[in-house]
Amino acid sequence: MMKTLLQRYRMFLLLFAVNIALLFLQPSTGWKALSLTGDNVMEMLSFLPPIFVLLGLLDVWVDRETMMKYMGDRSGMRGMLLAFLLGSAAAGPLYAAFPMAGVMMRKGAGMLNVFIFIGAWSTTKIPLIMFETATLGFRFMIMRLLFNMAGIILIAVILARDTSSMPTQAD
Amino acid sequence: MSASVLYVVTILLLAFSYARNREKTVQALKKAWKSFEGILPQFLAILMLVGLMLAVVDASVISRLLGSESGVMGMAIAAAIGSVTLIPGFIAFPLAASLLAAGAGYGQTAMFLTTLMMVGVVTLPLETTYFGRRLALKRNLLAFLYAVVSSFLLGALL
Repeated sequence: MMKTLLQRYRMFLLLFAVNIALLFLQPSTGWKALSLTGDNVMEMLSFLPPIFVLLGLLDVWVDRETMMKYMGDRSGMRGMLLAFLLGSAAAGPLYAAFPMAGVMMRKGAGMLNVFIFIGAWSTTKIPLIMFETATLGFRFMIMRLLFNMAGIILIAVILARDTSSMPTQAD
Repeated sequence: MSASVLYVVTILLLAFSYARNREKTVQALKKAWKSFEGILPQFLAILMLVGLMLAVVDASVISRLLGSESGVMGMAIAAAIGSVTLIPGFIAFPLAASLLAAGAGYGQTAMFLTTLMMVGVVTLPLETTYFGRRLALKRNLLAFLYAVVSSFLLGALL
């Protein structure tokens, strides 16, 4: 028990040790790294719990048939739109989207929709767009948004084509 | 701001779920905890790595590297920094705005933001656990290529 715990956290512990060493070698950089990590951990803890609770709810309430019907390979435009809206309504950095995508795939969502979801999560989140407009101006935001929407679909199509040639793995 | 909306929605759904079916709700919470705890070591390692990285390459270093007339070299540096680091949006956008104010081009700024959001080198191990190595690598590579093309276009257009 104790050993597996240590093993699972070994990368974190190693980096933590590096940071401690840095505190002695170069105190100012070491403290800065530690406080940055602290800030990021706080940020992570502020939005990850609800995301994982939603994930759990999705897992127990939405069965495979429903997921396949709305977001499966044959869900067409509606599935794509749903994937896009779900991703855009999300909060948190991209790495929080991966567990969500994992559950969607397990439940039978199409790969095209999964990658549209990932793409939307990464770049077209609504609060982020409003923030971008405020800091960088409407022209910059709208240009980037239009480019990105095209890019998201393009990347999703290429990735989905890639997976359709692979045997589907059931887990 | 967006986090509080997330909490409200989650709590409402959780209450609704509990009213409909207690056992399922408890099961959902157990699953939530299990997947959270399963991925926590990776999250912590990533954040630790990012902290160390940003302590060395901070905002002032970034703005110096992407400053005025940094040209194609600036584009390359923007792409490298954006791909490797992981900076939350509420820090990245003001940083991008100050880059523009300091004389960085639109192209460099777009490159930094686009790679920052779409490409994640430090989160690659995490992505691999869900998508497999091949797909995770391919997604990042495609996103990177796309960021390069769109940023050059945007830089030329604006």
